[in-house]
Amino acid sequence: MKEIVVISGKGGTGKTSITASFAVLGGRDVVVADCDVDAADMHLLLEPDFGRSEAFFSGELAVIDQDLCSGCGQCFDVCRYGAVNETEGTYTVTELDCEGCGYCARVCPDQAITNVSRNVGDWYLSKIRTGSSMVHARLGIGAENSGKLVAKVKTEARKVAGYSGRSLVLVDGSPGVGCPVVSSLSGASLAVLVTEQTVSGIHDLKRVYELVRKFDIPAACIINKADLNAEVLTDLRDFMARETIAPLAEIPYDEAFTAAITNGKTIVEWDPAMAELLESSWLEIRRLVDSD
Amino acid sequence: MKIAIASGKGGTGKTTLATNLAAYMAESGSVVLADLDVEEPNSGLFVRGDLLVGETKYKMIPEWRGDTCEHCGNCQTVCNFNAVLSMADKVMIFPELCHGCYACSELCPTESLPMKRHPMGELKHFRAGQLDFVESRLVIGEEQAVPLIRQTLDYLSAGFSEDVPWILDSPPGTSCPVMEVVKDADLVILVTEPTPFGLHDLKLAVETVKHLDKSYAVVLNRFGIGDDGVLRYCEDESIDLVTRIPNSRAIAELYASGQLLYPVVPAVARAVADVADFIGNHLTGRRP
Amino acid sequence: MNIAFTTQGPDLDSPMDPRLGRTRYLILLDDETGDIQTVDNTAIDDVSHGAGPRTVQKLVEMGAAVLLTGNGPGGNAAEVLEQTGIEIYVGAGEMTAKEALEAYKNGALKKHGGA
Repeated sequence: MKEIVVISGKGGTGKTSITASFAVLGGRDVVVADCDVDAADMHLLLEPDFGRSEAFFSGELAVIDQDLCSGCGQCFDVCRYGAVNETEGTYTVTELDCEGCGYCARVCPDQAITNVSRNVGDWYLSKIRTGSSMVHARLGIGAENSGKLVAKVKTEARKVAGYSGRSLVLVDGSPGVGCPVVSSLSGASLAVLVTEQTVSGIHDLKRVYELVRKFDIPAACIINKADLNAEVLTDLRDFMARETIAPLAEIPYDEAFTAAITNGKTIVEWDPAMAELLESSWLEIRRLVDSD
Repeated sequence: MKIAIASGKGGTGKTTLATNLAAYMAESGSVVLADLDVEEPNSGLFVRGDLLVGETKYKMIPEWRGDTCEHCGNCQTVCNFNAVLSMADKVMIFPELCHGCYACSELCPTESLPMKRHPMGELKHFRAGQLDFVESRLVIGEEQAVPLIRQTLDYLSAGFSEDVPWILDSPPGTSCPVMEVVKDADLVILVTEPTPFGLHDLKLAVETVKHLDKSYAVVLNRFGIGDDGVLRYCEDESIDLVTRIPNSRAIAELYASGQLLYPVVPAVARAVADVADFIGNHLTGRRP
Repeated sequence: MNIAFTTQGPDLDSPMDPRLGRTRYLILLDDETGDIQTVDNTAIDDVSHGAGPRTVQKLVEMGAAVLLTGNGPGGNAAEVLEQTGIEIYVGAGEMTAKEALEAYKNGALKKHGGA
């Protein structure tokens, strides 16, 4: 089983549209894992049925049992996050500020503090309209995305691919350069970078590529909005050649992307010219993962 | 007054609005612009100026002293973040994973883990005319954006009056880094685009600001493409729609090359003026 | 010499797990005696951050000299591995553990980072 991870660093580069297109092109061979849980949009294009749903827990929260608390204030003294509050001798914890380090519970002489697991969201296993399955998640407000949730989504997707005999897991990776994207990349056979040809796009691509290199994962790149600025394009092509990133396609700036999304379709189902570009990219991706 | 520019979805034009708005407002008065999207700060690609301050920002992490350590392993036991590994002959610290809670340090029976400063990012302060621009950039691999965001906000508090507008370019999404910026804001401007993705993520962002009980309004970017879902949602929910920035290829090209838009695109100048007026009215308590 | 494998199952016929930190199982083979030691690593699912160093710690406790795996280690795991002197060979993510062993013996696996 191979795992293809699509990442971009920056938002708005067309990553989700392109990943959804690959899901459609791959059809029954491909199990989709949406690890962009902070702004998970893939479900808008692939019509998941939310067949199975489970709560997801990550991190801890300190809770003070007022019946046991003697009001000594040691928890208040050790908390570096200002999460313990005191009002007229009563100590409480502010949920948003608590980082779950557990220090307060360790020093409490009354054993009045317990660390409870935080329910940070739900994850789902769905049937999708490509005839295959998708694992996706939704984070609660202000919750922290983490390597743990991303790893969970990916593990479940691999499991489904395993027992249903699908050969590929396609991961819509997390944004940014932090822990979630590290976890998105872990175990990948190929990283597909989707960038846009803007100064911001290339800036963020270079930052996220540092992670790909660390993992020794082969990389390929799709340049979106590739006709916006010739100077940036040259810079981008040079960067790819230097880093031996396989070029997949240069896609022109096209409002068909938006038109497709608006109609609940992926770009390959909407625009024949785009479909051709992405079909050849998909074939090349298949070739790259099968040859390594 | 602190104005957070935020969006649920990435790439909707948050940085475009923040930079153009700040530069426009700086033509008629002092303005502070801060790029708090510390994982991927991009405002600096559009706004330049003279570098006034460049400083490293630190967090506190433990440092192992091998000569006094008795290898009891307590440090690893008390660390909830896997930032401390107690091996047979040494203790290893992973700075990126450390949340700086001090538990391992203060609970070490032989005081072998004193806390020390560890760089987590770089803060830069530029000035161009009446515009003060502050950006912070997280070191790659560093996992927590929130402490750097907090220190950057502290830098602003120490250096600038709140009578001056602060334009805060927020991280995308609805998770803790965004909360850190939005929870202190007086007004939140949510930038979105007229697509099902934009609408879906806008709803999440609205839930977040409601949860924090903040005043908020919407700016619709790339108006003209997509559908009217966002317009209908704002109308149904009685959300202020401050302005619409039209979609055009010319705008995309200027953005691609890292240029400010409002000096050359009249429609953007009008939109930015709308936002500035809205902020002005909000400031004086006269809601439009 | 002790050779360690990141695997998806508890024996050498199991497919390799391409991940290091979040690998399902760790298998240690003493290639002189043929002795095998298996460690179930599935509890790593409960770790939000820092899975890499945790798993490497287990490898050290097991006494591995060489590690065969799929991807290169992430930054934190790499740092521990460097200090331990365990040699890492990557590119075995799609094989079974047995095939990975053969590939290693034939010099077909890539040594990671020169570490």
